[in-house]
Parts: sequence; C-alpha cells; structure tokens
Amino acid sequence: MKQFFIFVKKEFFHIFRDRKSLLIIFLIPILQIILFGFALTNEIKNSNIAVLDNSKDETTLSIIQKLNASRYFKVYANLKTQADIETVFKSGKVRMVVVFPPNFKQSLLQSNKAQIQLLADASDPNTATTITQYATNIINDFQQEMNGQSKIPYQVQPQIRMLYNPQLKGAYNFVPGVMTMILILIAAMMTSVAIVREKEINTMEVILVSPLKPILFIVSKAIPYIFLSLVNLLTILIVSVTILDVPINGNIFLLMVESLLFIITSVSLGLLISNFTKTQQEAQMFSLMSLLLPTLLLGGFMFPIESMPWPLQVVSNIVPSKWFYIIVKDVMIKGLGFSQIWKETLVLVGMSLVLLFISFKKFKIRLS
Amino acid sequence: MNEIVIEAKDLSKLFGDFTAVNKISFQVKKGEIFGFLGANGAGKTTAMRMLCGLSIPSSGNATVAGFDVYRQTEHIKQNIGYMSQKFSLYEDLTVKENIRFYAGIYGMNKVAIKEKMNSLLEQLKMSEEQNNLVKSLPLGWKQKLAFSVAILHEPKIVFLDEPTGGVDPVTRREFWNLIYEAAEKGITIFVTTHYMDEAEYCNRVSIMVDGVIEALDTPSNLKKSFNAASMDDVFLQLARGAKRLAD
Amino acid sequence: MNAITVNNIVKKYGTKKEEVKALDDISFDVKQGELFGIIGPDGAGKTSLFRILTTLLLADSGTATVDGLDVIKDFKQIRNRVGYMPGKFSLYQDLSVEENLEFFATIFNTSIEENYNLIKEIYIQIEPFKKRRAGKLSGGMKQKLALCCALIHKPSVLFLDEPTTGVDAVSRKEFWDMLESLKQQGITILVSTPYMDEAALCNRVALIQSGKIMIIDTPNNIVSAFKGQLWAVRSASMYRLLNDLKNYSNTLSCNSFGEFHHLLLKHNDVGEKDILDFLHQQQHTNIELKKTQPNIEDCFMQLMD
Repeated sequence: MKQFFIFVKKEFFHIFRDRKSLLIIFLIPILQIILFGFALTNEIKNSNIAVLDNSKDETTLSIIQKLNASRYFKVYANLKTQADIETVFKSGKVRMVVVFPPNFKQSLLQSNKAQIQLLADASDPNTATTITQYATNIINDFQQEMNGQSKIPYQVQPQIRMLYNPQLKGAYNFVPGVMTMILILIAAMMTSVAIVREKEINTMEVILVSPLKPILFIVSKAIPYIFLSLVNLLTILIVSVTILDVPINGNIFLLMVESLLFIITSVSLGLLISNFTKTQQEAQMFSLMSLLLPTLLLGGFMFPIESMPWPLQVVSNIVPSKWFYIIVKDVMIKGLGFSQIWKETLVLVGMSLVLLFISFKKFKIRLS
Repeated sequence: MNEIVIEAKDLSKLFGDFTAVNKISFQVKKGEIFGFLGANGAGKTTAMRMLCGLSIPSSGNATVAGFDVYRQTEHIKQNIGYMSQKFSLYEDLTVKENIRFYAGIYGMNKVAIKEKMNSLLEQLKMSEEQNNLVKSLPLGWKQKLAFSVAILHEPKIVFLDEPTGGVDPVTRREFWNLIYEAAEKGITIFVTTHYMDEAEYCNRVSIMVDGVIEALDTPSNLKKSFNAASMDDVFLQLARGAKRLAD
Repeated sequence: MNAITVNNIVKKYGTKKEEVKALDDISFDVKQGELFGIIGPDGAGKTSLFRILTTLLLADSGTATVDGLDVIKDFKQIRNRVGYMPGKFSLYQDLSVEENLEFFATIFNTSIEENYNLIKEIYIQIEPFKKRRAGKLSGGMKQKLALCCALIHKPSVLFLDEPTTGVDAVSRKEFWDMLESLKQQGITILVSTPYMDEAALCNRVALIQSGKIMIIDTPNNIVSAFKGQLWAVRSASMYRLLNDLKNYSNTLSCNSFGEFHHLLLKHNDVGEKDILDFLHQQQHTNIELKKTQPNIEDCFMQLMD
C-alpha cells in the first residue's frame, strides 16, 4: 500500500513541475467550458435574412417587423427584384430569404389565405431546418394574434424551399467540413512532424552543417505532403460524388486550385509550428490544439459563426479553415464561380504569404 | 561466505529464430564482485534482464537470491537492486525525494528511511544538496547517488549496467569504493562495464561473445590462459572472433 | 595558417540564478593535418565546443576560426566545407547504407564516385551490407557509415564528437586505425572522447574538465610533465591495500588502476624499501612493487586536483 501512495505522490511532483502539462490540464478544460457553455451553440441568434416584399402593405410590414424583433433574425437587406435573391444567396450573407407575394393583405382578407415563401440556403441542412422552423413558428404566432382579434380563422402558409440541397443531405455540409479538416491536419501536422523528426534524430545538425540552403530544406519537406494532400483530396471527392451523392456543382478545376491554395496555407502553418517545437510529440499536440480544435469549433461547419458572441466571430477570421470552408461550399454545393469567392481566396493568399514569411524568418539555422 | 546467490544452467533466450543467449551456465557467490563483460550485441543485456526477473527465459534454469526466474520474478525483484547508465534517478525530483521514493517502493518503513537517508547523505557528502533537483547535480554525483539508492534496502544482489560510462576518472574510482564497501557488507555485485581496468577490480569476470560465455575466471587466470598483458588484451582476443560485430 | 583557432571562448547555460559555465575561457590551435584530441568526461564541455566550431551554436564571448574563416561571420562557407559527425551517429535509420551515403553526397554537391578513394578503406567493410537499413546495423557498422557520410565530400577539417562512445572495444580500435590513415591524406581531424587511453593515439590533445582546459600538448609531453615518481603496487588483497596506502603517512595520492594501484609519494627520498616495510607491517602478501610511467589518466587526475 505504501508503495502505491509513494508512487502517486511522485506522479504529482512530475505534473506540477512541468509547466506545459499544467497548462494543458487546467487551462484547456476551463477554455472548453467557457466556449461550449457560452459561445458555441447550435441555436440561431441574429441570423441574417433578406426580405423580398412584393406587397409592402401593413400586414407584410408587421410580419417583417416581428421577424426582425425576434432574437433569431435580423433583416439584412430588403431586396427589390427576383434576381436579387440569387445574388444575395451567392454572396453568402444570408441564410434565408422571405418572399411575400403581391397583394398579400388583400389575399388574406378576401380568401383568408396567403402564402409566404421561405427560401433557405440548405448547404448546411441542419441550420436551414432550424431557421425555417423558427421562422415558421414566428409566422404561426402572428397568425394566432390575427385570429385572436377576429372570428374567421386566417391562414398564413409558409412555403419552405431548400436551395442547393433540396433533400437536406447532411453530406452536403459535412463533406466540405471533412475536406477542410483532413487537409489542414495532414498538410500542417505531418509537415511539422517531419521537420521536427530531424531535430529528434540528430540529423538536423548534420544537415545544417552542409551547403543545403534552409529554404530548399523547407520546400523539400513540404512537397511530399502537398502532393499527398492532393491525392487525399481527390479520394474524398471521388467517394463523396460516387457513394454519398454529393454533387460538384461548380468548376472542378477551380475547386482543385483553391484546395491547393489551402494546402499551401496549411503547410505554412505546419512550418511555423515546427520552428517552435522540439519533439514530434510536441509538434503533434500543438498541431492538434492549435489547428484541429479551432477548425472544428470556429470553422463554421459545426456551429454557425454568426450565432457566436462577436469576440469569437472576430477570432474565427484568423482561422484559415473558416475561409476555405466557405470556398468549398460555394464552389462545390452552390456552384459559384471565382467572382464570388475572390475575397476569401485573397484572404487565404494573404495568410499563406504571411505564414511563409514568418516561417522562413524564424527558421533556426543554429541550435539554441 | 560460500553461499551461492546466482545460479544459471544452460540459460537461453530466443527471439524468433535469433538466439540472443545460448545456454550460459555460471554461479556467483555471496559478496562477490562479478564482472559480466561482452561486446555490444553479445547478449549481455538480455541475460541480465532474465536474471533481474524482467524477461522470461526460453529454456534452461536459473535462480537469483534463491528464487526461480520463471515463477518467482516478483520475489527476485524485491531482493535485488538495479542501476544503469541510462536511467537511475528522476531528474525533476530532489535528492531527498528520490531517496524517499525508492525507499517507499522497496517497502521500507519511516524510521528506517530516515536513518538510511541521513547516513547516505553523510557518506556521499550531499547533506547540503539534499533539496536540490537531481538534474542540477554533476554526472558523477548522480551516479554515486543512484548506486546508493539501489542498495538502500540492502538487497542481496545489485545489478549494475555500465554504471560509470562517461564519468570522470576520480569519480569513477570513488564509485568503485562504494562498490567495494557494499561487497564487504555482503552485497553481491553483478556489474557490466566497458572499462577494462574495472574488469580487474572484479573477483571473477565472464566474457560473452555471440550469446555464449567464452571465458569465465579471475582476471589473473584469464590473462595467463590468453597470454595477455591486460584484460583489454584478453577481451580483444575474444571479441575479434565475434561474428555478431560484423553483422 | 592554422586549421582551427579558438580564442577565449565562453559558453554559459541556464538562468542568471543557476548559471552553468559549459566552456570557461577556452583557447587552443590545431595545425593543418593534425589529429587533435579533446579528452574529458561527460559534462566537460566537449559537445558545446564542437557545436560552436561547426557554427551550430554561438559562444557568449570569444572568437574562433576554421580554415581561416570566422565561425560567426563566415558560417555559411564553413558549413560548405567541413565534415561533422555528432554524437549518437545521426543517420537515417529507415534508409539503407547506400541511400544514406548517396543522400549526404548529394547534399554536398558531390557523388559517391567522386571521392570514393577517400572512403574506400572504410566503406569496403560495410559494403556487403549496403542494402541494409541503417537502423539494423550494429554500433560499429553505424560508426563506419557515419564516418563515410562525413568524409564523402572531402572536407578540409573533420569534426568527430565522441565517435567511439557506446561502441564495442574492437570497433573502437578499428576506428582509430581508420583515423590514422585519414590523417595521412592531409585531413585535419578534431576528435573528442571520454576514453583517456585514446589520447595516446592523437598528435596532440587538450585535457578538458568542467569547461576548462587543463593542458594542451603531445601525449608524450603530458606524460613527461607528470610531477613525481609513480609507483605501481599490487598485493593479494587489493581493496585493503588501497585503503592502507591511502592512510600511509608518505602517500600523496593512491589510485586504483586495474591490475596495479598507482602510488605517488610526498617526498622523493622515500624509497622502495620504506614502502615494502610498510606493506609487510600491514601484513600484505604477494607484493609486487615497481616504478612505472604514468599514463594520460594519471596526468588527468593529477591535473584535476
């Protein structure tokens, strides 16, 4: 028994004398509780919607006001024409468009019935379902209020149409998500581990004391993983298209080029990580913590970003995965072209350049 | 003091079709300083592991401190001490904490621990450093401390795996003083080393080549039989013929 | 021009509170084509010194040159032309012997064929295993391969940091034979080792302990500089003999040296007879007593005091 206790005591010594492990043990759970408790949620809050009001009468305005007043929605834009609908969806700024037909109030008064169209961006089917559900509830509420004041029951019928993913297939959402995750994991983590491995087995010393230029060393480490990531990507795409029935509505070539860009961004992250870690284990842990976790939590495919408190929304902007996820969804599911995703592309290009620059500058040409 | 504390008969260990240890037989008496030599890859470490109860032999018999190496490994472990060059003490614990830890593992009671700790610290002249982390100690001190900790519970036999590797010549000799003192107290010392002058300090020496014990005798007898000027010479003559070196 | 010059190098580690001086004002020179040994135990500062000279580490103060090039300013040029074998042989375990050699040759903008004559004697010994993965080689084989990889580009200066540590005695001896023949080719070699007996195989050595160099000279000169007459003593009970001699009033120092104990007396006028008398008094039998020459280890221990 005494043996047992003394061993336990020793283990506590080891833990408390190792600052890094202390950080992991205490900081991470606290962070997670805060994140999951307050910030990460599947609920809808302040989701941007657009309205195309072909009627513009008191009733439609009341309904719009009610939608806006709820904490779930915020009217982002009042559209003018039918063509605007497609534009606003392509911009990715709204998840739902509410369309009122002309003569809404008159229809109600004359035939006690009127319809509202709810068009939802179903590339994320879960969120689309939730949003249309909430909107339907609000409209039903409105219907109740109206009926409370008169003897004849009115019917306001929401008609829901799911765009881009009419069958509400989960795969449409998680395939882009998985692609993002796999690419950043393979490209970043494996590259960083490969570089750090040389430090661990001591060959780094010999390579430094040689004519091999550091930049060539770095590039030659990255190239196999860039190549392998592309192969991985192709595999995922083939499986998604053939087995999961996920379409590639946009230009495949564009998709590949953007993926290559993201792979390069990830590899740059891996290079950066390798500069600061000494063992393969450290590199792996660090990659998981700083890449996988933010990708999962702030990438936008598990939890809608717009529902997060604004500090987290700001932070999510520096997570490369967030931008790539938008690009993949837009090209693959929505079939959009480069003109719609040039901004996100630019962000990734900028991130890559910055990361590459820092990695090269910070590459240690000496041992410390 | 003619009691036999280690007895091995045709002890063997196979890994697949590779015979690491090939039917070795020998006896070690109580209080003896027994040198267990051999080139890298000769099978020394494997043999030692079997004797320490860390690895079950493939065939043959052996008893250590009277306990069988097949069925009584836990008893063996309780009656031996062990120290190697690669690991001995926890670097992020203090001198005192290390002593207390190992004493606790060996089941010593509080009174005994306190007594032993004080005498150990005095003997090694480390009383002032008792609350320092082991990693701050010079290598030689670490090795001496590790040895003292290995015999803290007064085991019958202590196994030392290259304990003086890389240590400065003065500390090396201080270490061997500790070994001598322990032997005088009746603790049997089973030691491997690469320093051939240390082979001379042993009562008897065995030299393993390619898994087999090619020579076993006192240093002076070995030098006579091999017509050698030093143990270094004896060793080179035997090791040169080794096949495993070229592999 | 000297192949290597070191001037007042200081290297410290640790925080201000717990500072350790790994190298404390080190200075020495190595001539072209010399086989120079840095001899000292673990922790003496050998690896730090090597890393500074191969430009992998910056010293806190002092200067050093290799082939006339400054280790700080001209590090790129130095890295192009020296050969370096760090401790624990940095080889790629999952590449074969051939693949390792080809890799290092190409990194140095050369090929195996170009300088084959340089490594031939060594490579021949491992050539039968050229397709075997480096991880599956014995310690001695790894050592030979690592040496080939360090030589393949015909360096002007070769840095070998503890190449014989952890390797069997036979391979150790063969290694030094290989170094001797390399020296004949005009390559300057700086070797470090904790094994004192290997010092005798160098042209000159520096004995280093706790970051300080105690002496620099040829092995013979170091031995000649030993102060006092050394006696070798043995008897039937060596342990008791050691203690008795340590308590002998005339003893300055007595240390075990394998077969014999090495005894150094306080005064030169004490002779053989006095010692024998003392030993008989202590009832020692089978006594053998003779004057002897010190070896490097004796000198090292004397300098440590």
